[in-house]
Amino acid sequence: MRRIWLKPLVFALCLVPLVWLAGRAAIDGLGANPIEALVRFLGDWALRFLLIALAVTPLRRITGWSWLGGLRRMLGLFAFFYVVLHLSSYIGLDQFFDWPAIGREIVKRRYITIGMAAVLLLLPLALTSTDSMVRRLGGRRWRKLHRLVYLIAPLGVAHHWMMVKKDLTEPMIHAAILALLLGWRVLAARRAARHTGPGNVKQESGCAAHS
Amino acid sequence: MLLRTQPRLRESEVTDKSLWLDRRRFLALGAAAASAWPALAGAGPLPGLIRSPYRIDEAATPLKDVTHYNNFYEFGTDKSDPAQMAPSFFGAVPKPWMVTVSGECAKPGTVSYDDLIKPHKLEERIYRLRCVEAWSMVIPWVGVPLADVLKRFEPNSKAKYVEFTTLVDPERFPGQRRGTLDWPYVEGLRLDEAMHPLTLLAVGLYGEELLPQNGAPIRLVVPWKYGFKSIKSIVGIRFGETPARTTWMKSAPREYGFYANVNPQVDHPRWSQGKERRIGEFLKRDTLAFNGYADQVAGLYSGMDLAVNY
Repeated sequence: MRRIWLKPLVFALCLVPLVWLAGRAAIDGLGANPIEALVRFLGDWALRFLLIALAVTPLRRITGWSWLGGLRRMLGLFAFFYVVLHLSSYIGLDQFFDWPAIGREIVKRRYITIGMAAVLLLLPLALTSTDSMVRRLGGRRWRKLHRLVYLIAPLGVAHHWMMVKKDLTEPMIHAAILALLLGWRVLAARRAARHTGPGNVKQESGCAAHS
Repeated sequence: MLLRTQPRLRESEVTDKSLWLDRRRFLALGAAAASAWPALAGAGPLPGLIRSPYRIDEAATPLKDVTHYNNFYEFGTDKSDPAQMAPSFFGAVPKPWMVTVSGECAKPGTVSYDDLIKPHKLEERIYRLRCVEAWSMVIPWVGVPLADVLKRFEPNSKAKYVEFTTLVDPERFPGQRRGTLDWPYVEGLRLDEAMHPLTLLAVGLYGEELLPQNGAPIRLVVPWKYGFKSIKSIVGIRFGETPARTTWMKSAPREYGFYANVNPQVDHPRWSQGKERRIGEFLKRDTLAFNGYADQVAGLYSGMDLAVNY
Protein backbone atom coordinates (compact mmCIF):
# COMPACT_ATOMS: atom_id res chain seq x y z
CA MET A 1 0.00 0.00 0.00
CA ARG A 2 1.36 3.41 -0.91
CA ARG A 3 0.88 6.26 1.42
CA ILE A 4 1.66 9.34 -0.63
CA TRP A 5 0.14 11.61 2.00
CA LEU A 6 2.29 10.25 4.82
CA LYS A 7 5.53 12.13 4.26
CA PRO A 8 3.95 15.54 3.59
CA LEU A 9 1.83 15.06 6.70
CA VAL A 10 4.81 14.20 8.91
CA PHE A 11 6.77 17.04 7.34
CA ALA A 12 4.00 19.45 8.30
CA LEU A 13 3.82 18.00 11.83
CA CYS A 14 7.55 18.51 12.23
CA LEU A 15 7.04 22.21 11.54
CA VAL A 16 4.34 22.57 14.21
CA PRO A 17 6.85 23.64 16.91
CA LEU A 18 8.00 26.49 14.67
CA VAL A 19 4.43 27.56 14.00
CA TRP A 20 3.72 27.43 17.71
CA LEU A 21 6.84 29.51 18.35
CA ALA A 22 5.76 32.10 15.80
CA GLY A 23 2.32 32.20 17.38
CA ARG A 24 3.70 32.78 20.84
CA ALA A 25 6.04 35.44 19.51
CA ALA A 26 3.04 37.20 18.00
CA ILE A 27 0.93 36.91 21.16
CA ASP A 28 3.34 37.81 23.94
CA GLY A 29 6.68 38.35 22.23
CA LEU A 30 8.00 35.19 23.98
CA GLY A 31 7.78 36.81 27.39
CA ALA A 32 10.22 38.90 29.36
CA ASN A 33 13.36 37.19 28.09
CA PRO A 34 12.54 36.24 24.49
CA ILE A 35 16.09 35.29 23.51
CA GLU A 36 16.42 32.79 26.35
CA ALA A 37 12.96 31.44 25.58
CA LEU A 38 13.83 31.01 21.89
CA VAL A 39 17.20 29.33 22.44
CA ARG A 40 15.73 26.90 25.00
CA PHE A 41 12.67 26.11 22.93
CA LEU A 42 14.76 25.28 19.86
CA GLY A 43 17.18 23.22 21.95
CA ASP A 44 14.33 21.26 23.52
CA TRP A 45 12.94 20.39 20.10
CA ALA A 46 16.33 19.51 18.67
CA LEU A 47 16.69 16.96 21.45
CA ARG A 48 13.13 15.70 21.08
CA PHE A 49 13.54 15.15 17.34
CA LEU A 50 16.77 13.30 17.96
CA LEU A 51 14.88 10.97 20.30
CA ILE A 52 11.95 10.68 17.88
CA ALA A 53 14.31 9.71 15.04
CA LEU A 54 15.95 7.15 17.32
CA ALA A 55 12.54 5.70 18.15
CA VAL A 56 11.73 4.84 14.52
CA THR A 57 13.62 1.57 14.29
CA PRO A 58 12.47 0.08 17.61
CA LEU A 59 8.88 1.08 16.85
CA ARG A 60 9.07 -0.33 13.35
CA ARG A 61 10.46 -3.62 14.59
CA ILE A 62 8.06 -3.94 17.51
CA THR A 63 4.93 -3.03 15.55
CA GLY A 64 5.97 -4.48 12.21
CA TRP A 65 4.93 -1.23 10.50
CA SER A 66 7.56 -1.12 7.81
CA TRP A 67 6.38 2.28 6.53
CA LEU A 68 7.80 3.89 9.67
CA GLY A 69 11.29 3.26 8.30
CA GLY A 70 10.53 5.62 5.45
CA LEU A 71 10.22 8.51 7.87
CA ARG A 72 13.52 8.02 9.62
CA ARG A 73 15.66 10.19 7.38
CA MET A 74 13.21 13.08 7.47
CA LEU A 75 12.94 12.95 11.24
CA GLY A 76 16.71 12.82 11.60
CA LEU A 77 17.09 15.80 9.30
CA PHE A 78 14.50 17.70 11.30
CA ALA A 79 16.57 17.02 14.40
CA PHE A 80 19.53 18.53 12.54
CA PHE A 81 17.33 21.44 11.39
CA TYR A 82 16.35 22.30 14.98
CA VAL A 83 19.95 21.84 16.14
CA VAL A 84 21.07 24.37 13.51
CA LEU A 85 18.36 26.82 14.56
CA HIS A 86 19.27 26.31 18.23
CA LEU A 87 22.97 26.93 17.56
CA SER A 88 22.25 29.91 15.29
CA SER A 89 20.04 31.54 17.90
CA TYR A 90 22.77 31.05 20.50
CA ILE A 91 25.44 32.56 18.25
CA GLY A 92 23.40 35.26 16.58
CA LEU A 93 21.00 36.34 19.32
CA ASP A 94 22.27 35.22 22.71
CA GLN A 95 25.92 36.03 22.05
CA PHE A 96 25.30 38.40 19.11
CA PHE A 97 28.31 37.07 17.14
CA ASP A 98 30.72 37.83 19.96
CA TRP A 99 33.16 35.23 18.66
CA PRO A 100 35.80 35.64 21.38
CA ALA A 101 33.10 35.17 24.03
CA ILE A 102 31.71 32.15 22.17
CA GLY A 103 35.22 30.68 21.96
CA ARG A 104 35.75 31.19 25.68
CA GLU A 105 32.41 29.57 26.45
CA ILE A 106 33.21 26.54 24.30
CA VAL A 107 36.51 26.06 26.11
CA LYS A 108 35.35 26.90 29.63
CA ARG A 109 31.79 25.60 29.92
CA ARG A 110 31.67 21.87 29.68
CA TYR A 111 28.01 21.74 28.67
CA ILE A 112 28.75 24.03 25.74
CA THR A 113 31.81 22.00 24.78
CA ILE A 114 29.61 18.92 24.75
CA GLY A 115 26.86 20.64 22.79
CA MET A 116 29.33 21.82 20.16
CA ALA A 117 30.85 18.35 19.90
CA ALA A 118 27.37 16.94 19.30
CA VAL A 119 26.74 19.46 16.50
CA LEU A 120 30.07 18.66 14.84
CA LEU A 121 29.35 14.94 14.97
CA LEU A 122 25.87 15.47 13.60
CA LEU A 123 27.17 17.39 10.60
CA PRO A 124 28.58 14.40 8.65
CA LEU A 125 25.35 12.51 9.26
CA ALA A 126 23.29 15.31 7.75
CA LEU A 127 25.70 15.63 4.81
CA THR A 128 25.56 11.93 4.04
CA SER A 129 21.80 11.68 4.26
CA THR A 130 21.15 11.79 0.51
CA ASP A 131 20.56 8.64 -1.57
CA SER A 132 23.65 9.35 -3.63
CA MET A 133 25.82 9.62 -0.51
CA VAL A 134 24.45 6.33 0.78
CA ARG A 135 25.36 4.75 -2.56
CA ARG A 136 28.81 6.31 -2.62
CA LEU A 137 29.63 5.19 0.89
CA GLY A 138 28.03 1.80 0.51
CA GLY A 139 25.44 0.54 2.96
CA ARG A 140 27.84 -0.94 5.45
CA ARG A 141 30.09 2.09 5.79
CA TRP A 142 27.09 4.39 5.81
CA ARG A 143 25.51 2.44 8.66
CA LYS A 144 28.76 2.45 10.57
CA LEU A 145 29.05 6.22 10.21
CA HIS A 146 25.47 6.78 11.24
CA ARG A 147 25.96 4.82 14.43
CA LEU A 148 27.54 8.09 15.60
CA VAL A 149 24.01 9.05 16.60
CA TYR A 150 24.35 6.64 19.52
CA LEU A 151 27.04 9.01 20.80
CA ILE A 152 25.39 12.25 19.68
CA ALA A 153 22.10 11.68 21.48
CA PRO A 154 23.72 11.05 24.90
CA LEU A 155 25.85 14.16 24.34
CA GLY A 156 22.69 16.13 23.64
CA VAL A 157 20.98 14.86 26.76
CA ALA A 158 24.11 15.58 28.82
CA HIS A 159 24.31 19.10 27.36
CA HIS A 160 20.78 19.82 28.60
CA TRP A 161 21.30 18.05 31.93
CA MET A 162 24.41 20.05 32.78
CA MET A 163 22.86 23.35 31.79
CA VAL A 164 19.83 23.04 34.07
CA LYS A 165 20.17 24.95 37.33
CA LYS A 166 18.17 22.76 39.63
CA ASP A 167 15.05 21.03 38.34
CA LEU A 168 16.30 17.95 36.49
CA THR A 169 12.86 16.52 35.68
CA GLU A 170 13.01 17.16 31.95
CA PRO A 171 16.61 16.01 31.38
CA MET A 172 15.79 12.92 33.40
CA ILE A 173 12.80 12.14 31.19
CA HIS A 174 14.97 12.57 28.11
CA ALA A 175 17.67 10.36 29.61
CA ALA A 176 15.13 7.66 30.46
CA ILE A 177 13.70 7.64 26.94
CA LEU A 178 17.18 7.54 25.48
CA ALA A 179 18.19 4.68 27.77
CA LEU A 180 15.10 2.79 26.65
CA LEU A 181 15.83 3.35 22.96
CA LEU A 182 19.50 2.43 23.22
CA GLY A 183 18.80 -0.44 25.63
CA TRP A 184 16.35 -1.94 23.17
CA ARG A 185 19.07 -1.92 20.52
CA VAL A 186 21.53 -3.69 22.80
CA LEU A 187 18.96 -6.36 23.62
CA ALA A 188 17.93 -6.74 19.98
CA ALA A 189 21.54 -7.17 18.91
CA ARG A 190 22.12 -9.78 21.63
CA ARG A 191 19.03 -11.68 20.70
CA ALA A 192 20.07 -11.67 17.06
CA ALA A 193 23.53 -12.87 18.00
CA ARG A 194 22.00 -15.78 19.93
CA HIS A 195 19.75 -16.80 17.07
CA THR A 196 22.15 -16.51 14.19
CA GLY A 197 25.57 -16.62 15.72
CA PRO A 198 27.92 -13.70 16.27
CA GLY A 199 28.93 -13.56 12.64
CA ASN A 200 25.61 -12.16 11.53
CA VAL A 201 25.11 -9.42 14.08
CA LYS A 202 25.89 -6.71 11.58
CA GLN A 203 22.96 -7.61 9.42
CA GLU A 204 20.65 -7.13 12.35
CA SER A 205 21.35 -3.44 12.55
CA GLY A 206 20.79 -3.03 8.84
CA CYS A 207 17.50 -1.33 9.11
CA ALA A 208 16.32 0.53 6.07
CA ALA A 209 19.29 2.61 5.14
CA HIS A 210 17.39 3.44 2.00
CA SER A 211 13.89 4.59 2.38
CA MET B 1 -5.80 92.78 25.72
CA LEU B 2 -2.41 91.28 25.42
CA LEU B 3 -2.24 87.66 24.49
CA ARG B 4 0.89 85.75 25.22
CA THR B 5 1.70 83.37 22.43
CA GLN B 6 4.86 81.93 23.90
CA PRO B 7 4.43 80.00 27.14
CA ARG B 8 6.52 81.51 29.89
CA LEU B 9 7.44 78.22 31.43
CA ARG B 10 8.51 74.96 30.04
CA GLU B 11 6.71 71.83 31.25
CA SER B 12 9.85 70.62 32.98
CA GLU B 13 10.03 73.82 35.02
CA VAL B 14 6.51 73.44 36.34
CA THR B 15 6.26 69.73 36.90
CA ASP B 16 8.19 68.19 39.69
CA LYS B 17 10.19 65.24 38.44
CA SER B 18 8.48 62.91 40.91
CA LEU B 19 5.09 63.79 39.52
CA TRP B 20 6.38 63.32 36.05
CA LEU B 21 7.75 59.92 37.00
CA ASP B 22 4.50 59.08 38.75
CA ARG B 23 2.65 59.95 35.60
CA ARG B 24 4.80 57.55 33.62
CA ARG B 25 4.18 54.92 36.22
CA PHE B 26 0.47 55.63 36.09
CA LEU B 27 0.56 55.11 32.35
CA ALA B 28 2.44 51.86 32.80
CA LEU B 29 -0.10 50.68 35.34
CA GLY B 30 -2.94 51.70 33.06
CA ALA B 31 -1.44 49.73 30.22
CA ALA B 32 -1.04 46.76 32.52
CA ALA B 33 -4.61 46.98 33.75
CA ALA B 34 -5.84 47.30 30.19
CA SER B 35 -4.36 43.93 29.38
CA ALA B 36 -6.92 42.38 31.74
CA TRP B 37 -4.76 41.21 34.51
CA PRO B 38 -6.43 39.26 37.28
CA ALA B 39 -3.34 38.89 39.45
CA LEU B 40 -3.02 42.62 39.92
CA ALA B 41 -6.40 42.82 41.62
CA GLY B 42 -4.93 41.39 44.81
CA ALA B 43 -2.40 44.17 45.27
CA GLY B 44 -3.48 47.37 46.95
CA PRO B 45 -1.87 50.77 46.54
CA LEU B 46 0.65 51.93 49.12
CA PRO B 47 -0.01 55.62 49.72
CA GLY B 48 2.27 58.20 51.31
CA LEU B 49 5.58 56.98 49.99
CA ILE B 50 8.75 58.91 50.66
CA ARG B 51 10.93 59.43 47.63
CA SER B 52 14.24 57.98 48.66
CA PRO B 53 17.41 59.41 47.14
CA TYR B 54 18.37 55.81 46.41
CA ARG B 55 17.16 55.72 42.84
CA ILE B 56 19.18 54.94 39.79
CA ASP B 57 18.60 56.84 36.61
CA GLU B 58 17.87 53.86 34.38
CA ALA B 59 14.59 52.91 32.76
CA ALA B 60 12.49 50.74 35.05
CA THR B 61 11.63 47.26 33.80
CA PRO B 62 7.94 47.08 32.76
CA LEU B 63 5.64 45.95 35.57
CA LYS B 64 4.40 43.05 33.48
CA ASP B 65 7.92 41.62 33.23
CA VAL B 66 8.68 42.27 36.90
CA THR B 67 5.57 40.33 37.87
CA HIS B 68 5.70 37.57 35.23
CA TYR B 69 9.35 36.59 35.02
CA ASN B 70 10.27 35.32 38.46
CA ASN B 71 12.51 32.79 40.10
CA PHE B 72 10.48 31.59 43.07
CA TYR B 73 10.84 27.82 43.28
CA GLU B 74 8.14 27.66 45.97
CA PHE B 75 5.73 28.02 43.05
CA GLY B 76 7.68 26.04 40.46
CA THR B 77 10.97 26.12 38.62
CA ASP B 78 9.78 27.83 35.44
CA LYS B 79 9.96 31.60 35.47
CA SER B 80 6.34 31.73 34.39
CA ASP B 81 5.23 29.41 37.22
CA PRO B 82 5.04 31.99 40.03
CA ALA B 83 2.68 34.33 38.15
CA GLN B 84 0.66 31.36 36.89
CA MET B 85 0.31 29.51 40.19
CA ALA B 86 0.06 32.40 42.64
CA PRO B 87 -3.57 33.42 42.04
CA SER B 88 -5.03 29.94 42.58
CA PHE B 89 -2.62 28.60 45.21
CA PHE B 90 -1.38 31.53 47.25
CA GLY B 91 -4.47 33.70 46.91
CA ALA B 92 -4.67 36.65 49.28
CA VAL B 93 -1.92 37.14 51.83
CA PRO B 94 -2.96 35.44 55.10
CA LYS B 95 -3.88 37.98 57.76
CA PRO B 96 -2.29 38.50 60.14
CA TRP B 97 1.06 37.64 58.61
CA MET B 98 3.33 36.78 61.53
CA VAL B 99 7.11 37.10 61.62
CA THR B 100 9.15 35.46 64.35
CA VAL B 101 12.26 37.33 65.43
CA SER B 102 14.63 35.25 67.53
CA GLY B 103 18.22 34.61 68.51
CA GLU B 104 20.79 37.02 69.86
CA CYS B 105 18.66 40.04 70.66
CA ALA B 106 17.10 41.72 73.69
CA LYS B 107 13.54 41.74 72.39
CA PRO B 108 12.72 38.56 70.54
CA GLY B 109 9.12 37.76 69.72
CA THR B 110 6.51 37.11 67.10
CA VAL B 111 5.07 40.20 65.52
CA SER B 112 2.48 40.83 62.87
CA TYR B 113 3.16 42.47 59.53
CA ASP B 114 1.53 45.65 60.82
CA ASP B 115 3.65 45.75 63.96
CA LEU B 116 6.79 45.07 61.95
CA ILE B 117 6.25 47.57 59.14
CA LYS B 118 3.73 50.21 60.22
CA PRO B 119 6.05 52.06 62.68
CA HIS B 120 8.24 52.99 59.71
CA LYS B 121 7.78 55.34 56.80
CA LEU B 122 7.61 53.53 53.47
CA GLU B 123 10.18 54.61 50.92
CA GLU B 124 10.36 54.12 47.21
CA ARG B 125 13.78 53.17 45.90
CA ILE B 126 14.78 52.29 42.35
CA TYR B 127 17.38 49.54 42.38
CA ARG B 128 19.03 47.28 39.87
CA LEU B 129 18.30 43.59 40.39
CA ARG B 130 20.91 41.19 39.02
CA CYS B 131 19.99 37.51 38.92
CA VAL B 132 22.77 34.95 39.24
CA GLU B 133 21.51 33.62 35.87
CA ALA B 134 22.92 36.72 34.13
CA TRP B 135 19.75 38.69 33.55
CA SER B 136 18.78 41.90 35.26
CA MET B 137 15.94 44.34 35.89
CA VAL B 138 15.41 47.80 37.32
CA ILE B 139 12.67 47.81 39.95
CA PRO B 140 11.00 50.60 41.90
CA TRP B 141 10.69 48.91 45.27
CA VAL B 142 8.66 50.10 48.24
CA GLY B 143 9.95 49.25 51.68
CA VAL B 144 11.73 50.26 54.83
CA PRO B 145 15.44 50.12 55.65
CA LEU B 146 16.07 46.73 57.22
CA ALA B 147 18.41 48.34 59.76
CA ASP B 148 15.60 50.44 61.25
CA VAL B 149 13.47 47.34 61.74
CA LEU B 150 16.24 45.16 63.15
CA LYS B 151 17.36 47.79 65.68
CA ARG B 152 13.96 47.63 67.38
CA PHE B 153 14.74 44.06 68.44
CA GLU B 154 18.04 45.21 69.97
CA PRO B 155 20.55 42.67 68.66
CA ASN B 156 23.21 41.99 71.30
CA SER B 157 26.99 41.80 70.92
CA LYS B 158 26.84 38.12 69.93
CA ALA B 159 24.70 38.89 66.92
CA LYS B 160 27.08 38.70 63.98
CA TYR B 161 24.72 37.35 61.34
CA VAL B 162 21.06 37.52 60.45
CA GLU B 163 19.17 34.56 59.06
CA PHE B 164 15.87 34.80 57.18
CA THR B 165 13.31 32.07 56.55
CA THR B 166 10.51 31.82 53.98
CA LEU B 167 7.06 30.49 54.83
CA VAL B 168 6.60 26.74 54.44
CA ASP B 169 3.08 25.98 53.29
CA PRO B 170 2.66 23.46 50.46
CA GLU B 171 -1.00 24.52 50.16
CA ARG B 172 0.10 27.99 49.15
CA PHE B 173 3.45 27.04 47.65
CA PRO B 174 2.83 24.02 45.38
CA GLY B 175 6.55 23.90 44.54
CA GLN B 176 7.21 22.84 48.14
CA ARG B 177 5.42 19.55 47.48
CA ARG B 178 8.55 18.57 45.59
CA GLY B 179 12.01 18.35 47.00
CA THR B 180 13.53 20.70 44.45
CA LEU B 181 15.21 22.61 47.26
CA ASP B 182 15.58 21.89 50.95
CA TRP B 183 12.57 23.80 52.34
CA PRO B 184 12.27 26.18 54.05
CA TYR B 185 14.24 28.57 51.91
CA VAL B 186 16.88 30.13 54.14
CA GLU B 187 19.08 33.12 53.44
CA GLY B 188 21.53 35.09 55.51
CA LEU B 189 23.54 38.27 55.76
CA ARG B 190 26.38 39.43 57.91
CA LEU B 191 24.98 41.90 60.47
CA ASP B 192 26.84 44.83 58.88
CA GLU B 193 25.37 43.90 55.50
CA ALA B 194 21.91 43.68 57.02
CA MET B 195 22.40 47.06 58.71
CA HIS B 196 23.69 48.73 55.55
CA PRO B 197 21.45 51.62 54.46
CA LEU B 198 20.94 50.07 51.01
CA THR B 199 19.41 46.88 52.44
CA LEU B 200 15.67 47.11 52.15
CA LEU B 201 12.80 45.17 53.67
CA ALA B 202 10.40 45.50 50.74
CA VAL B 203 6.61 45.31 50.90
CA GLY B 204 5.77 46.63 47.46
CA LEU B 205 6.86 47.59 43.99
CA TYR B 206 5.61 50.12 41.48
CA GLY B 207 3.69 51.79 44.31
CA GLU B 208 1.59 48.69 45.01
CA GLU B 209 1.74 45.92 47.58
CA LEU B 210 3.88 42.98 46.54
CA LEU B 211 2.17 40.25 44.57
CA PRO B 212 2.74 36.69 45.79
CA GLN B 213 5.08 35.94 42.88
CA ASN B 214 7.32 38.79 44.03
CA GLY B 215 7.46 37.58 47.62
CA ALA B 216 4.36 38.99 49.32
CA PRO B 217 3.98 40.40 51.84
CA ILE B 218 7.57 40.98 53.02
CA ARG B 219 10.81 40.29 51.24
CA LEU B 220 14.42 41.29 51.38
CA VAL B 221 16.13 43.39 48.72
CA VAL B 222 19.92 43.48 48.76
CA PRO B 223 20.75 45.25 45.51
CA TRP B 224 24.48 44.51 45.37
CA LYS B 225 23.99 40.75 45.70
CA TYR B 226 22.58 38.18 43.29
CA GLY B 227 18.82 37.99 43.40
CA PHE B 228 18.60 34.70 45.27
CA LYS B 229 19.91 36.45 48.40
CA SER B 230 16.78 38.63 48.41
CA ILE B 231 14.57 36.07 50.15
CA LYS B 232 10.81 36.27 49.69
CA SER B 233 7.71 35.85 51.89
CA ILE B 234 9.68 36.10 55.13
CA VAL B 235 8.31 34.55 58.34
CA GLY B 236 11.51 34.25 60.35
CA ILE B 237 14.40 36.53 61.27
CA ARG B 238 17.10 35.18 63.58
CA PHE B 239 20.21 36.87 64.94
CA GLY B 240 23.08 34.41 65.20
CA GLU B 241 26.76 34.09 65.98
CA THR B 242 27.52 32.07 62.85
CA PRO B 243 26.46 32.41 59.21
CA ALA B 244 23.37 30.54 58.08
CA ARG B 245 23.82 27.58 55.80
CA THR B 246 21.69 28.98 53.05
CA THR B 247 19.43 26.96 50.77
CA TRP B 248 21.49 27.44 47.61
CA MET B 249 24.73 26.73 49.46
CA LYS B 250 23.23 23.41 50.55
CA SER B 251 21.97 22.73 47.04
CA ALA B 252 25.22 23.47 45.16
CA PRO B 253 28.03 24.72 47.42
CA ARG B 254 30.48 25.08 44.54
CA GLU B 255 28.12 27.34 42.64
CA TYR B 256 26.50 29.50 45.30
CA GLY B 257 28.36 31.03 48.21
CA PHE B 258 27.25 32.87 51.32
CA TYR B 259 28.22 36.32 50.05
CA ALA B 260 26.93 36.10 46.45
CA ASN B 261 28.00 39.66 45.73
CA VAL B 262 27.49 40.61 42.09
CA ASN B 263 30.98 40.26 40.66
CA PRO B 264 31.80 40.28 36.94
CA GLN B 265 35.29 38.97 37.74
CA VAL B 266 34.13 35.75 39.38
CA ASP B 267 32.23 33.47 37.02
CA HIS B 268 29.60 30.99 38.00
CA PRO B 269 31.19 27.59 37.33
CA ARG B 270 28.81 27.07 34.42
CA TRP B 271 28.47 30.54 32.92
CA SER B 272 30.16 33.92 32.74
CA GLN B 273 29.08 36.69 35.08
CA GLY B 274 30.85 39.35 33.00
CA LYS B 275 27.72 40.38 31.14
CA GLU B 276 24.02 40.36 31.72
CA ARG B 277 20.87 40.72 29.68
CA ARG B 278 18.71 43.56 30.97
CA ILE B 279 15.15 42.40 30.50
CA GLY B 280 13.74 44.25 27.51
CA GLU B 281 17.12 44.85 25.89
CA PHE B 282 18.65 42.94 23.00
CA LEU B 283 22.38 43.29 23.53
CA LYS B 284 23.97 42.16 26.75
CA ARG B 285 25.45 44.86 28.93
CA ASP B 286 28.51 44.69 31.15
CA THR B 287 27.83 43.62 34.69
CA LEU B 288 29.03 46.17 37.23
CA ALA B 289 31.02 45.33 40.35
CA PHE B 290 28.60 45.02 43.26
CA ASN B 291 25.87 45.63 40.67
CA GLY B 292 26.89 49.28 40.45
CA TYR B 293 26.83 49.86 44.21
CA ALA B 294 30.57 49.47 44.77
CA ASP B 295 30.96 53.02 46.10
CA GLN B 296 28.55 52.28 48.90
CA VAL B 297 29.37 48.68 49.78
CA ALA B 298 32.87 47.71 48.61
CA GLY B 299 34.21 48.82 52.00
CA LEU B 300 32.28 46.02 53.69
CA TYR B 301 34.61 43.53 52.04
CA SER B 302 37.99 45.25 52.21
CA GLY B 303 40.75 42.72 52.68
CA MET B 304 38.56 39.81 51.64
CA ASP B 305 39.36 37.60 48.65
CA LEU B 306 36.10 37.79 46.75
CA ALA B 307 37.02 34.86 44.51
CA VAL B 308 37.14 32.67 47.62
CA ASN B 309 34.22 34.37 49.38
CA TYR B 310 31.90 34.18 46.38
